[in-house]
Amino acid sequence: MVADEQPRREEVVVRGLTVRYGGKAVLRDVALSVHEREIFGIIGPANSGKTSFLRVLNRMDTFTPGMSFDGEVSIGGRDVRTWRNLYALRRRIGVVFPLPVGLPLSVYDNVALAPRLRGVRKKAELDSIVERCLRRAALWDEVKDRLDSLGSLLSGGQQQRLTIARALSQEPKLLLLDEFSIAVDPVTTMRIEDVLRTLREEMTIVMVTNLVQQARRLADRTAFFLMGECVEVGPTEDLFAGRARDQRTLDYVEGRFG
Amino acid sequence: MFEATQLNEQNRRVQSLVRILLLLMTVLLILPVIAILAVMVVKGGPVITLDFLLTEPTEGMTAGGILPALVGTIWLVSVALLASVPVGVAAAVYLSEYAPDNWLTRAIQLAIINLAGVPSIVHALFGLGAFVLFFKLGTSILAASFTLAIMTLPVVIVSTRESLQAVPRAFREACWNMGATRWQTIRHIVLPNSISGILTGVILEVSRTAGETAPIMFTGAAFFLPFLPQSVFDQTMALSLHLFVISTQVPGVLEGMPYGVALVLVVLVLTMNAASIAFRMSLRRRKKW
Amino acid sequence: MDRRDRHWYVDKIVAVLVFLGGVSAILFIIGIFVFVTREGLGFITTRLSLAEFFGSTAWRPTSNAHPTYGALALIVGTASVTGLAMLVSVPFSLGAALYISEFSHGRVAEILKILVELLAAIPSVVWGFIGLSIVNPLIIRVFDVPVGLCVLNAGVILGLMAAPIMTTLAEDALKAVPDAYREAAEALGATRWQIATRVVLPAAKNGLVAAVLLGVGRGFGETMAVLMASGHAINLPTSPFDSVRALTATIAAELGETAVGSEHYRALFTLGILLFVVTFSINLAADVMVRGVRRKA
Repeated sequence: MVADEQPRREEVVVRGLTVRYGGKAVLRDVALSVHEREIFGIIGPANSGKTSFLRVLNRMDTFTPGMSFDGEVSIGGRDVRTWRNLYALRRRIGVVFPLPVGLPLSVYDNVALAPRLRGVRKKAELDSIVERCLRRAALWDEVKDRLDSLGSLLSGGQQQRLTIARALSQEPKLLLLDEFSIAVDPVTTMRIEDVLRTLREEMTIVMVTNLVQQARRLADRTAFFLMGECVEVGPTEDLFAGRARDQRTLDYVEGRFG
Repeated sequence: MFEATQLNEQNRRVQSLVRILLLLMTVLLILPVIAILAVMVVKGGPVITLDFLLTEPTEGMTAGGILPALVGTIWLVSVALLASVPVGVAAAVYLSEYAPDNWLTRAIQLAIINLAGVPSIVHALFGLGAFVLFFKLGTSILAASFTLAIMTLPVVIVSTRESLQAVPRAFREACWNMGATRWQTIRHIVLPNSISGILTGVILEVSRTAGETAPIMFTGAAFFLPFLPQSVFDQTMALSLHLFVISTQVPGVLEGMPYGVALVLVVLVLTMNAASIAFRMSLRRRKKW
Repeated sequence: MDRRDRHWYVDKIVAVLVFLGGVSAILFIIGIFVFVTREGLGFITTRLSLAEFFGSTAWRPTSNAHPTYGALALIVGTASVTGLAMLVSVPFSLGAALYISEFSHGRVAEILKILVELLAAIPSVVWGFIGLSIVNPLIIRVFDVPVGLCVLNAGVILGLMAAPIMTTLAEDALKAVPDAYREAAEALGATRWQIATRVVLPAAKNGLVAAVLLGVGRGFGETMAVLMASGHAINLPTSPFDSVRALTATIAAELGETAVGSEHYRALFTLGILLFVVTFSINLAADVMVRGVRRKA
């Protein structure tokens, strides 16, 4: 559909992706690339297939009944369909969903879970991982004195940051965010956006958002999805400065429909 | 405009009448049993002494205590638990976490309902045909306990499954997205938060197993045994069978004795059930999400 | 990086283990049918005559000259006791379920539900004992009859036994009716009684029928209580004060006296097959009804 001419290495390459739920296609023939260490935004109205796109990346289709997909989806050079151990694939991808989820474990155990599953045993090492991830998720100051309180009983904004801390504890190469600010207050949203900017140095971030201005603030490049189609992909400034190639993109970005 | 009309008045009167009628029905359901229990306490209470519980029957079973029956019931219940809890929890985990929505799953659910609904004497026949004869376990605690285990499996499965399904799916998905396997997710998040359901099922199973008579009659329980059981291959006495025999087949029993045995059995069973109810209620209060 | 590690294999093993656990239920049910039939098959193939089995009341397996296996009296015995039990307990159970579900709230409802649950826990042998020692003399005194172990005794006992379970199941069925129905009726000015009869009961119809069916199934399959309270006479009852024998009680009473593999032994197993088939069908029917409820609501 649209070719990009950026010189940086491509972390995620998608060609001819079609996603179906029980036979009905919700995303058709998507082609795009996400560069290493950039924030890639995906905008578009509801039911455009944005979330389905994310779900393919970490193979959530295997536990979503009725979901299937065709096409080439490569992460780090390897097609996600060829992975034999999907758990290993998912361990390298962090995911943040709209609904904040604090697991019913202590805050400490929430963040220590992924390292433990990886095999990290030493308390000192776990301690340092937990603190580092909570700090980077802008949550440390609020929970440092109650690390053994239940993660599931924190406030919504705290739980969302806890989710990010958990994702960071995986030491992921790719971080996926799906409308992370929907259920969260504006202050927390701002803090998380700051966090994402610092994370860009070390991982690739794909961010689905329904807040057009959020993409403008954060994303280096942005894709516009409309009703199952990837309409266009380009540098964010281009899209927002009126230099979008497709009229539909222009209309959406200017708020003529939503 | 909003004054009560004659129709309203009539309706309200009918309603009060009906309400009282239904309350009466409910009370009539419960009252006779309470009265019966009261009679049992009055007639059986005096018989229950520490001696009664801790000594053996004497004089051809017409006097003395019920120790071997008590011990036997404990044996039977324990072995039955050991056999049924792992299988029951596994089945519940399968139904809750793995089972796809297909005919096999429906068949399993149907099988569970039927296991619970099969008459206890048919379970006894099965135990006799399968464990005692075919698998050559002979009449033994093992055969009787296995029969009881299969009979009470549904109790564990249903209770465990309910508490597994009470854990929100969002927790599981969060773990799967982190790369945890299904088993890791179950082990770290789902099972630890379902222990309550498992325990409730266990308590209920104990209570049911302790009271059953028919399934153990031909598979391992006997009435007049001179020794306490030494291994799972021995026969044993049991409270429930004891009550049956001394109230129907032993002449000259002291009047209060059967009431005493019945009372012990009832107290045992009701305490277990009350404990499971209290447990369930206390857990409902300690919300973890 | 993409290696199938230990966790991957453990996960697969666990999946197999729990699957086995799940399937075990089916295996056990099939096993019950297989083993009971296995022991009873000899009787079915050599001695069983359907006309005698279902048509004759002469159940005399221990007769030296000419043993007969007419199960009619036993079947009628079971039916009469269960029938009386249902007559007594169904209205009361439905009434209690209605009260708990539609007319009581909070604390009171909780207490009532707990009481009903505790009642359901009383073991069957205790009920039999109650029939023997308390209801028996009561019947003798009140109705001035010589023997109190009869259809009435067993029917009342069975009724009291089945009632808590039916109440709980009926209450579940009523609770499954969405509150939206009740609220809509209330907005139209209906009283609670009208809501209960005109809205809730019809909507819960399937679940209630299932509850009654399961109660009947329970009554059919009840062994100890019926054994101890219904008397020992094998005959067709002409009044509630007649002694009868139920199918379940017959098996329990006679199995101990038979030799493994004898004709009498196998005949009793055949009774077991009959019981299994009947209760299986009742449970199947109840399940079908309940599935209807779930699809609707």
